[in-house]
Amino acid sequence: MLHTIFFVLMNGLVYGLLLFLLSSGLTLIFSMMGVLNFAQASFYMLGAYFGYQIMAWTNFWIALICAPVLVGLLGTLVERYVLSKVHARGHVAELLLTFGVSYLVIEMVKLAWGVNAVSYNQPPALNFPLFTVDGVSYPAYNIFMMVVSVLIFVLLFLLLKKTRIGIIIQAALSNRDMVGMLGHNIPRIFALVFGIGCALAGVAGVVGGNILVTEPGMALSIGPIIFVVVVVGGMGSFGGALAASLLIGFLQNYMTTLNVSLAGLVGITPGTQFPLYELLNQPLSQLAAIMPYFLMILILTIRPKGLMGRVEI
Amino acid sequence: MLDVTDLHAYYGKSHILQGVTLSVGDNEVVSLLGRNGVGRSTTTMAIMGMVSAHGSVRLRGRELIGLPPHEVARQGIGIVPESRAIFPTLTVRENLLIGTKTKGQIGGQAGRWSEEATFEMFPNLKERADTAAGVLSGGEQQMLSICRTLMGNPDLVMIDEPTEGLAPQMVEQVGRLLTAIAAQGVSILLVEQKLQIAMRVSHRVLVMGHGRIVFTGTPAELTADEAIRREWLEV
Repeated sequence: MLHTIFFVLMNGLVYGLLLFLLSSGLTLIFSMMGVLNFAQASFYMLGAYFGYQIMAWTNFWIALICAPVLVGLLGTLVERYVLSKVHARGHVAELLLTFGVSYLVIEMVKLAWGVNAVSYNQPPALNFPLFTVDGVSYPAYNIFMMVVSVLIFVLLFLLLKKTRIGIIIQAALSNRDMVGMLGHNIPRIFALVFGIGCALAGVAGVVGGNILVTEPGMALSIGPIIFVVVVVGGMGSFGGALAASLLIGFLQNYMTTLNVSLAGLVGITPGTQFPLYELLNQPLSQLAAIMPYFLMILILTIRPKGLMGRVEI
Repeated sequence: MLDVTDLHAYYGKSHILQGVTLSVGDNEVVSLLGRNGVGRSTTTMAIMGMVSAHGSVRLRGRELIGLPPHEVARQGIGIVPESRAIFPTLTVRENLLIGTKTKGQIGGQAGRWSEEATFEMFPNLKERADTAAGVLSGGEQQMLSICRTLMGNPDLVMIDEPTEGLAPQMVEQVGRLLTAIAAQGVSILLVEQKLQIAMRVSHRVLVMGHGRIVFTGTPAELTADEAIRREWLEV
């Protein structure tokens, strides 16, 4: 029992931090530009594929640095030359455009690397059990992932709080018109922020792609969950995104350990003729994947600002 | 310094600026007077490039129409909007930092205004240099907003309703600050409701009505012209 709780916590933490890497980029872009970047998960996928490719050519450590930088540059170009053209036409145009970009990226990835999963493996240097609890070992790579996630956030925090450009970005979060009238080039700051947001997704791809699977469906499987995180945490709130990421990470990992069914939960034993017999007898572990969406609907209904958000959706 | 000729601007279908022509000379303080809604703020926003407009806006002879706001700022025009637009979550010092420009500035004398000058003039701001600007009083926010724009060393600063909603004592401080700015050789285009302040600090006053300038003259000439005051200023 104790080791179940331990592993639920550890795995929840790893998955939660990965979600946070993705959702913080989305939050950064949304807070400043008001753009819901539908393509965020596609940039995450690109991070994983670039990581795989660069690792195949060189090694994992070079991939860890270069892949997010490449993804960030690509994001900057998308904002600078495509997305910036539609800002004036409002958020629906932006949303549809990023929607288009996301499918374009997925199809390009299929053309470049094929429709099957690629063998993106963990670096040999980190491929060993770090410690063993109750006879079950815990992989060193997972701990490495946590360290990378935390490190990225410390760096992001320092960038935003301690550097001149970070302070200008913060100011632009609250009033970008005024920042422009003080002589700062807002379109360039937008491109930079969009690039940083995409690079964060790229980091998540490089470090997450070899734990999860690197295949063309990976963007669509994680994409909706990032939006759940942002809605549950509250639009534009980094603290909320962290809380929601960890909450969903823990809940989902906890649910996968549960064998009890919905019927068992309420204490009934329906016969095979009972309506929805199949659904009621599914173990809760099978429902773990839909839990985030249930949570999102719940939050939207009873607390539209999310856990820590400032605006109602 | 600044020459605006036949400036037109629209909000949707309404024709807000209907051919505004005005000028501000070197080292001159000009007040733009008029009732609410006649287009005074829109004039400043159009000069700044925030509102799309046609006509001509020249600074030292260079055409600014069509430039984005940050380019207009880099040419040497600063603006202090009516809303003050301070960044509430950032500290006083960080707000001032954002006012500085690192590159691309054409006009202006570097170092004309500084953080030290701000703090010397407003000890209140110095005491609260590291607190969030959002907790300052309305008057302090106004001073911060003006000083922040001055940090970019503009040649001309447009200040929109700086005394609105302020206590009499703070209004006096704004008056002192305006005089200090003018003494440094910065031209000022002041949008004001309070006649006393405008009359005291200005070299020239302009009265605006229905989207155009209806009177140009010295404060003394405006005082003498009762018809203009009755038609365009008094409520």
